[in-house]
Amino acid sequence: MRYSAMQLIRQGISGAPWEPAWRTPELAASYDAVVIGGGGHGLAAAYYLRAVQGVKRVAVLERGWIGGGNTGRNTTIVRSNYFFPESAAMYDFALRLYEGLSEALNYNIMLSQRGVLNLAHSEHDFDLMRRSVNAMLLNGIDVELLSAAQVQREVDLLNFAPDARFPIHGGFVQRRGGVARHDAVAWAYARAASALGVDVIQGCEVTGFVREGDRVVGVETSLGRVSAGVVGMSVAGHSGVLAGMAGFRLPITSYALQAMVSEPLKPILNTVVMSTATGMYVSQSDKGELVFGQGLDLYPSYGQRGNLPVAQTIVASMLEMFPAFRRLKMLRQWAGVVDVCWDYSPIIGPSPAPGLFMNCGWGTGGFKASPVGGWLLAHSMATGGHHELSRPFDLGRFTSGRLVDEAAGAGIAH
Amino acid sequence: MLLISCPFCGERGEAEFAWGGEPVARPSFSATDAEWGDYLYNRTNVKGRNRELWRHAGGCGQWFVMERDTVTHEIFGTVRVGA
Repeated sequence: MRYSAMQLIRQGISGAPWEPAWRTPELAASYDAVVIGGGGHGLAAAYYLRAVQGVKRVAVLERGWIGGGNTGRNTTIVRSNYFFPESAAMYDFALRLYEGLSEALNYNIMLSQRGVLNLAHSEHDFDLMRRSVNAMLLNGIDVELLSAAQVQREVDLLNFAPDARFPIHGGFVQRRGGVARHDAVAWAYARAASALGVDVIQGCEVTGFVREGDRVVGVETSLGRVSAGVVGMSVAGHSGVLAGMAGFRLPITSYALQAMVSEPLKPILNTVVMSTATGMYVSQSDKGELVFGQGLDLYPSYGQRGNLPVAQTIVASMLEMFPAFRRLKMLRQWAGVVDVCWDYSPIIGPSPAPGLFMNCGWGTGGFKASPVGGWLLAHSMATGGHHELSRPFDLGRFTSGRLVDEAAGAGIAH
Repeated sequence: MLLISCPFCGERGEAEFAWGGEPVARPSFSATDAEWGDYLYNRTNVKGRNRELWRHAGGCGQWFVMERDTVTHEIFGTVRVGA
């Protein structure tokens, strides 16, 4: 069914129930390609395997429900303001896919390009920011440097008091950045993939790999054995667990990353604000809640809760930057388990186990990359090699030492 | 807030402590690139009960070993390194 205004009127008048957005098929015994993980990345990979790579029989296996992991736990920010050319090329490819996604998938992902504003809190911060902005401009990314006065014109709610703990010396903005409805991204890909014949299987946990010699030729699941021409994994925080099942280790550590929302307010903040010094980022959702988060919890965790000392720091940072929010009540707090690589760049492409391909290591910034993670995993699974965008992000960089060190390079929160 | 028992100072709040990673053994200087890469970067990243190095960074500064569940955050015990 194609969604349109006409369809809305038709359904409204007839009162007929809407058909489910995706099918609920039985798990088949064999597929040409199996993607493990039904988040935004995995569903996108399944969709692009079918739609772009022309692979016939494709399945996505999701342990819980689709979009119930980090896809439903992020702060919905999209942007491509990266320091290294390899990163900027990849993240901007994602942003361009996002810009056309509602149209391409016939599903409103509510992309709102309201801009992403990063703050500098000292002269030195601002010098470094100028360097980053120059690098981004050379990478072809649409960023603008702003003076303190310009920042104040954009967001006068920020703490411009003379005694501010983090005084504002300037900032930079990517106007094409913004937010998108995170659940809708998963649902849009699931619906479009399902319509092309992809089996989206929920409640199906992968418990092991089927091997023929070295080669991965299928997966053992809670619903039985499935043979597969090729297998892709896109499981974020659980990448290390799956790698362990396949007999190798990854340069990844899993941490809890928290986020929280305030009670809903009338429109008060019309852009996304980020600060390197406090690590905090905040935007206002369409429902009116302030959605905010900060850095990782202090030690590795597979618990989707987040710990109190960090929650306290996040709230303190936001209130220091936005004194007007001090009397707000908090509505919800949660955490996602994120797969952090040493250089804060992802790992995409072939794994040490032949027949198994990876899309992982996105760490704290995977949502913005969902379309490109899916695109590149699909490409790698279909061709056995690399897309030109994913080549720098091969696992081999941790042997050669050629890291894409965004942890040091970008100077912004991920 | 976790209560962590430093083997030197006793029970303190988690904010005083720094996680120090999985214990790893340094290979010899004649190791291959693959062995060095494995030592520097690859981790088992255990889901569940795990042995880790910790440091009482905001206290006595000593390193120690903690056994901890990475899902429930339950702490099973702390011992001095080498104990």
